[in-house]
Amino acid sequence: MSEQETNRETGSPLVKRGLAEMLKGGVIMDVVNPEQAKIAEDAGAVAVMALERVPSDIRRDGGVSRMSDPEMIQGIQETVTIPVMAKARIGHFVEAQILQSLGVDYIDESEVLTPADETHHIDKWAFTVPFVCGATNLGEALRRISEGACMIRSKGEAGTGNIVEATRHLRSILGDIGKITKADNAELFEWAKQLQAPLPLVQEIAETGELPVPMFCAGGIATPADAAMTMQLGAQSVFVGSGIFKSSDPSRMAEAVVQATLNYQDADILAKVSTGLGEAMKGLEMATLETKMAERGW
Amino acid sequence: MLALQGAFALHLDALGRLGVEGLEVRTATDLAQVDALIMPGGESTTMSMLLESQQLFAPLNTAIQGGLPVFGTCAGMILLSAEILDGRSDQRCFGALDMKVRRNAYGTQIESFETDLDVAGLDEPFHAVFIRAPGVEALGPGVEVVSSHQGEPVLCRSGAVLASSFHPEVTNDDRLHRLFLETIAGA
Repeated sequence: MSEQETNRETGSPLVKRGLAEMLKGGVIMDVVNPEQAKIAEDAGAVAVMALERVPSDIRRDGGVSRMSDPEMIQGIQETVTIPVMAKARIGHFVEAQILQSLGVDYIDESEVLTPADETHHIDKWAFTVPFVCGATNLGEALRRISEGACMIRSKGEAGTGNIVEATRHLRSILGDIGKITKADNAELFEWAKQLQAPLPLVQEIAETGELPVPMFCAGGIATPADAAMTMQLGAQSVFVGSGIFKSSDPSRMAEAVVQATLNYQDADILAKVSTGLGEAMKGLEMATLETKMAERGW
Repeated sequence: MLALQGAFALHLDALGRLGVEGLEVRTATDLAQVDALIMPGGESTTMSMLLESQQLFAPLNTAIQGGLPVFGTCAGMILLSAEILDGRSDQRCFGALDMKVRRNAYGTQIESFETDLDVAGLDEPFHAVFIRAPGVEALGPGVEVVSSHQGEPVLCRSGAVLASSFHPEVTNDDRLHRLFLETIAGA
């Protein structure tokens, strides 16, 4: 008994990454209140992301976007039994400390909120709670992992309902991983330099052919077909933000996205779950955007 | 390998290292082809719903009652239990192990932990990772406790069913998979 107590460890990299492993093949949904959280859980979400406004509203309203009110987060924690994630601003380590104190299950250091530091991301090793971070390319993903992120998600362009940026980011990250697995040892030094990423992580990818942490997709998923496409491209789970609760029938859309994420290779099922969902969220063309959230973070 | 959601790929890696062919089970047709089944960690509420929507719950229930060897880890343990505490009211379980489990018994993710366990039948301690793990609250007489942590059962067996509240698939230690395959599934 005493021996078991002395070697019991919380917040280790394995424990942090472990939860990301358990979320694979699932859908993580943005919710702004307990009612939405309930709808998400009822539809089969594996986790919810608690935030004050969904990205499309943040985009519309403008202003500085911050961590949510703890009261709202606690209300969601009391409502659902699945993991609850919440967002902190890039570099805002005190928001992260507060979220850890609230007992959230994962922190998203997110470009959807207004960055709090133009140079530094949060030192995520200093926390017991695990972090997910966005990335647009492999270098960014590896820098976040070197800072302690235990899950990477493609950034996409949040709040647009347009999948094109997520596709670009996934193809870029997974494409470079593929190239690195074919590189010889000498070329790995150049890869590390080009990616501005730690050499040991590049060497690890060369050996394993995958990121050292799970790789999910976010940003612009608005339909079951979008979710299935990112899974076919190689994402291991999907985050859906505005796409659920900005559609005309959130409950049905949520269920359909869950079904599509499981059956992502089965076009017959995808056809069935895509049928009669009502209107998907209204999307935005990239050229019309005033703010590109994906450009936040470095 | 039940492959609706969760860490099924890591279990398949473990089976591969042991030279066993693993098949991903998502439908009743897949299920008919397996000799034994592993239920992975993941979200038990999600899996319960997907078992229904994939029309897999009833055939799997029949198979388990008929003696299909099953190893459930974490969410898998919850699905195999007879009663779920702190779950959703519509969440279903197979009742293959006569025990009550409480979901997230250890708390939220910041309480998740790793530790060494003594396991009956293994010479060396097993390094176990507990992620938002369930706790066993009541055990029927037919359930054997194979390992405990701080007095609480964490690895249990009843007939052809083995269940752990921790995740043997996230480490590279395949001894529990081997134990299941050799002593329970008879492979």
